Amino acid sequence: MNAKKYIPVAVLVGCIVLFQVASSLIGREFYLTQLTMAAYYSLVILGLTVLMGYTGQISLGHAAFFAIGGYTSAVLTTLDLSGAAGNPVVKAVAAAGLAAVSKDAYGAETLVLSPWAALVAAVVITAIVAFLIGIPILKLKGHYLAMATLGFGIIVYRIVLGASLFGEADGISDLPPFPIPGGLAVCGDPARRVENFYIAAVLVVAGVVLLINLVDSRVGRALRSIHGSEEAANAMGVDIARYKLLVFVLSAVFACVAGVFLTHFNGGIRPSEAETMKSVSYVAIVAVGGMANLWGALVMGVVLNYLSLRGYFGSYDEFVFGSILIGIMMFAPEGLLRMESLRGLAGLPARIKSMFGAKNEE
Amino acid sequence: MPFEQILQYIFSGITNGSIYAIVAIGFNIIYNTTGIINFAQGEFLMLGGMTAISLSAFMPLPVAILASVVITSFVGALIDFIFIRRLKKPTVLNMVIITIGLSILIRDIALHVWDEKVRSLPYFTGSEVTSINILGAYISPQVLWVLGVSGIIVALLGVFFRVTVTGRSMRACASNMTAARLCGINTRNMVTISFMLSAAIGALAGCVVSPITQTQYDCGTSLAIKGFTVAILGGLGNSTGAVIGGIVIGLLEAFSISIMPLAYKDAIAIAVLLLILFVRPSGLFGKKEAAGLKEF
Repeated sequence: MNAKKYIPVAVLVGCIVLFQVASSLIGREFYLTQLTMAAYYSLVILGLTVLMGYTGQISLGHAAFFAIGGYTSAVLTTLDLSGAAGNPVVKAVAAAGLAAVSKDAYGAETLVLSPWAALVAAVVITAIVAFLIGIPILKLKGHYLAMATLGFGIIVYRIVLGASLFGEADGISDLPPFPIPGGLAVCGDPARRVENFYIAAVLVVAGVVLLINLVDSRVGRALRSIHGSEEAANAMGVDIARYKLLVFVLSAVFACVAGVFLTHFNGGIRPSEAETMKSVSYVAIVAVGGMANLWGALVMGVVLNYLSLRGYFGSYDEFVFGSILIGIMMFAPEGLLRMESLRGLAGLPARIKSMFGAKNEE
Repeated sequence: MPFEQILQYIFSGITNGSIYAIVAIGFNIIYNTTGIINFAQGEFLMLGGMTAISLSAFMPLPVAILASVVITSFVGALIDFIFIRRLKKPTVLNMVIITIGLSILIRDIALHVWDEKVRSLPYFTGSEVTSINILGAYISPQVLWVLGVSGIIVALLGVFFRVTVTGRSMRACASNMTAARLCGINTRNMVTISFMLSAAIGALAGCVVSPITQTQYDCGTSLAIKGFTVAILGGLGNSTGAVIGGIVIGLLEAFSISIMPLAYKDAIAIAVLLLILFVRPSGLFGKKEAAGLKEF
């Protein structure tokens, strides 16, 4: 165990608590709402960073996995099963305590799946989809990989936009809160703002810890070797197809979990979550965060999503992300928050290093 | 399905297909000289259509279209000067991201210069209700314009690449950049020309289809994806393949409407794209060995 690795994690936890206390003290707790959302989006970005930055595989379809997670959970927790209560499967599910009876807006009794069961279903479905699509897609490279993932994203977008099961253009709303033992719940209730901020923060910290350990392991070294040269990695005995697929599925599951929780937090999901522009902005944030830099991606993910959600970019939101993409690729193709580019900026490196706790993983 | 209906579908499929083919040819021109897939190709169509619509308020339609083609090709050259030339050692991933960024920028600028309203050029001949009866199927004269212009573009390009010195130099760049440079061809200028040419073709296509499909600030993206599908189907860089691929995709889409909801129409082309990528990435008419040598 390398304790040094966890110093940034401790800094992160400190920042989280600091933000919460500060926002409560100055009476601006409403900032936490967008910060919570930004934290969930960062979870998608963290997963994508390992796929793009460390393994070198671009995905322009990660919004699709977010949407698969969000929509699966939304459908399963709002679909009324009481009409099919006689069905043996439904009976078994209800008997296992996975479904709960609740009252809808008109007072009628409904039987819906519990959010926990829906979460498991969403993760399983996402993993299966990512696995099946990943096998052929990850054989492709460069333009072809970009276009195939983009195409996959568009198909998912078209399906959620066109199918009545997914509420077409309106999406799905009125999701039940996601109960967590200890009386907590993921929901948009303003009174539960602080606890929701911490729930999101715990998920992000857990995600980061998982990923820094992955990146620092034998698997992580295999992934970086794939990024360097697939042929060389292959010759050294790295099963490149298996590792690429593993990371693809892992990053898809990250996006899915983020989708499930953010959908419960927002109380609904709309087709715009599956849009190509969403996927592109995730890629932009990974790029600006320094590609193979989990901490950079996390900082940029939270900051940019927060600014975007608070509407600081106005109607120029897409313009900002487009400019970021071009600017980074032209002037700092290795990413902005990387030690190499940071050293170039005379005077700044030490300060930024301590500020972000940025630690180069290579 | 009665014969007239089938014929109607076929006409609609060929019309859309020839539009896709033009977009695909635009992809091919840039891909051949640079090895870049220009994800902003669809935006050239949008830009061409929008500029012509704005200009047509001040000048006669043919002049407006000509001006818009010139302006858009200038934008193409500008993109090369500002973005592509400066890159020292671009990787494929970098280029993909830059051109995607460009397409977002152009789209957002168009949104702020114009607005989100749907516009269109007037019909070149007749109006939206004029139609010609061919064997019981009704088609608009604009469809003939689309087919005619696509045909002329393909024919002229064929002549350009075979006969003119510039066209031959561009083909030389396509087969081997270094060798072309050693022969004294200014490869950088060829890249600029390929961007201008592809932008001009895109703009012309954008003008011709505007009366039928309408023009909006974000109409380029879906066309670009269809165009890319077609380019892959026909084999990247292969213009004859692009025409055949375009018509295949156009017909598939047209007939898909009769068995699937309209909402999924766009998904058809993409499903085909994924299928080709998985099964035969070199395309229907591309050589497998050639594709294997290229860095995708």
